[in-house]
Amino acid sequence: MSAETHLSGPSRQTTAVPGAAFDLTPTDEQRMLVDAVRDFALNRVRPTALAADAGCRTPPELLATAAELGLTTIGVPEALGGVLEHRATVTAALIAEALAEGDMGVALACLAPAGVATVLGLWGDADQQAAHMPAFVGDAPPAAAIAIAEPRVLFDPFALQTRATRTPAGDFQLDGVKALVPRAAGAELLVVAAELDGTPALFLVEGGTDGVTAESQPAMGIRAAATGRVSFENVVLPASALLADSDPQVYRELVALGRIGWCALAVGTGQAVLDYVSAYVNERVAFGEPIATRQSVAFMVANIAIELDGLRLVTHRAAGLAETGRDFVREAALARVLAARHAMQIGSDGVQLLGGHGYTKEHPVERWFRDLRAAGMLEGALAL
Amino acid sequence: MINLEIPKKLETLAGQAHMAAEHVLRPISRKYDRAEHTYPVELDTLAELIAQANAAQAGYDTSTPAETSAAKHAADGNVNGRSLASLVGVIEMCWGDTGLMLTMPRQGLGQAAIMAVATPEQLERFGGKWAAMAITEPGAGSDSAAIRTTAVLDGDEYVLNGEKIFVTSGDRADLIVVWATLDRSVGRGAIKSFVVERDNPGLKLDRLEHKLGIRASDTANFVLDNCRVPKENLLGSPEIATSREGFAGVMQTFDNTRPMIAGMAVGVARAALDRARELLAEAGVEISYDRPLAAQSAAVAEFLRLEADWEAGRLLALKAAWMADNRMPNTVAASIAKAKAARVATDVTLSCVALCGTLGYGEDELLEKWARDAKILDIFEGTQQIQQLVIARQLLGKTSSELK
Repeated sequence: MSAETHLSGPSRQTTAVPGAAFDLTPTDEQRMLVDAVRDFALNRVRPTALAADAGCRTPPELLATAAELGLTTIGVPEALGGVLEHRATVTAALIAEALAEGDMGVALACLAPAGVATVLGLWGDADQQAAHMPAFVGDAPPAAAIAIAEPRVLFDPFALQTRATRTPAGDFQLDGVKALVPRAAGAELLVVAAELDGTPALFLVEGGTDGVTAESQPAMGIRAAATGRVSFENVVLPASALLADSDPQVYRELVALGRIGWCALAVGTGQAVLDYVSAYVNERVAFGEPIATRQSVAFMVANIAIELDGLRLVTHRAAGLAETGRDFVREAALARVLAARHAMQIGSDGVQLLGGHGYTKEHPVERWFRDLRAAGMLEGALAL
Repeated sequence: MINLEIPKKLETLAGQAHMAAEHVLRPISRKYDRAEHTYPVELDTLAELIAQANAAQAGYDTSTPAETSAAKHAADGNVNGRSLASLVGVIEMCWGDTGLMLTMPRQGLGQAAIMAVATPEQLERFGGKWAAMAITEPGAGSDSAAIRTTAVLDGDEYVLNGEKIFVTSGDRADLIVVWATLDRSVGRGAIKSFVVERDNPGLKLDRLEHKLGIRASDTANFVLDNCRVPKENLLGSPEIATSREGFAGVMQTFDNTRPMIAGMAVGVARAALDRARELLAEAGVEISYDRPLAAQSAAVAEFLRLEADWEAGRLLALKAAWMADNRMPNTVAASIAKAKAARVATDVTLSCVALCGTLGYGEDELLEKWARDAKILDIFEGTQQIQQLVIARQLLGKTSSELK
């Protein structure tokens, strides 16, 4: 298989054909897939989310079901075992949304490997695809993630401190630290961003490589994703570890695809907040009537709906541009700005609407408060 | 298939509207901001051009919504029709000047109300004319169900009595669509709209308002003093609705007009963003869509915050109009679009004034004018708070008596 793939060059999904008209209707395939994922998210993920959050671990059976649903293969070319001929960033966004309605941390744990598969599909060469892609289309896709963020204030993915240098032997040496990498401790494959010759570049790093150490780094939220800090000390990588010839445009797009992913997660968790508080304020009685009859309460719910719908549309627009091969960096950036402010506010309002009850673990809104702060702030980890 | 890009045909339309906005509206923008109540004669030529262009453009013309949608039905049933076309046009025209756009001959909101419910005979008589809307009264603003203007059937005529304020283009339009009640004791179900010819002797102009912005657009106050109109001028059913349905019919006008107000907000806000971007660039400020806000200057972070909110408002407006084109119930989407786009327009225009400092605040630039113009968009056709009520009632399943 390796030789055959090599001869014919890397396999790629084609870009999707742009729609002829403005349209917000998902395709029948998207609808069916999203229904299946939402069913999984609400009935399997949501009930386990509290424990997964507390234990900083996504149960293996959830990861297995996510793999069965085909969530890791959206970006895998057909020739490499995928099912979609075209890029499907919008579909990936819809999946991320649906999954994050169950739990953002679990969603991230399930989708981080999909991001690595997408990177291999989009930019891996024939050898890289042959070496790594088969695992992603099997029954148990590997723990894998995209490692961009670094542990410091004012982090800028275009000013990396993780460095790759060329060795006399023609290899690379990698040094640096990555922060909040999903499933870091058990990671079998990482896509690591490091500065090479003055520009950001991407490297494939296998788990267990000498000099790579991972330690648990729990955070405010997305805890089910088992986030960790990964250190690279004098790590020697073969020349074949470099992705896409350190093309700066590839890196830009990867960063932007990650931002769309975070925004889609925020949309899903934001929807969970909206649905939860809408029911709660209708049931909760104060001063003799449901608090939903008070404008100060009802308007807060209306504002959640307004900002959520805006974030969803900008996220979908960015995804639509990406899958059709058009420039989408601006739209991804704008979606991220919206997520940073409004998704965070939705998380805060979700707790506020439940008052003291919202502040306790009796309700999921405190977890959503913590999870939604990640959106619009973290970089990398996944890519759609 | 999900696609949030504007189709080529509408982009062409937007391009034409943009040219008109740039070459006809912008040059006279400041002139009519200063000369409030003076009719902008330059618009007559433009209105004529638009009428001709509309007539020539099958599909995006002045035909009824049903005809348009039938013509534009794609194989997959998705329609990009009259509402979207109007929206992209409105956005560009308000990029030019919101006040002038509002006073474009024959473009009044009253025409939307007429088109929504007119009989063929009424379409024949009123279609294509310049029609204004008279809803608000001194004692009835957001609570339009509380209007006091009465309509009494006397033979073949209705006799209207009452007072109407804030009638956009009221002095310039050919027709005024007046909301009046057939029976004050009934409430919403008795409220009907009547077409009144502007030269009706019973329709007396009281005065024109002096305003914060959109000064090119006249805002008239009227007294209806035994104003007699043929009974055929009543729009919709003359029956007093016992249920809420009758009033709901009247309110449906807003499903079509609110996305357009959202479009106006998107247009004027983009004018401010475009100019602020130019002035910042001249000052050497570079805006990066790659680097995080915290890694850029405060001015860039502020600009990107505004641009992001603007983009959300723009797409929400497109969504609401698209739903109207596709015959989907869009009341909530229309309110969401208007609530977001209008509050964003106020924020964007005021913040761009601040970003540009004395250049923004002075009259040398139009930035300060756009901020004054934009404020009305969060007020008329339902204030921000009314939109939130509409959205919240629907989301929470509350009636207007439960959630006041």
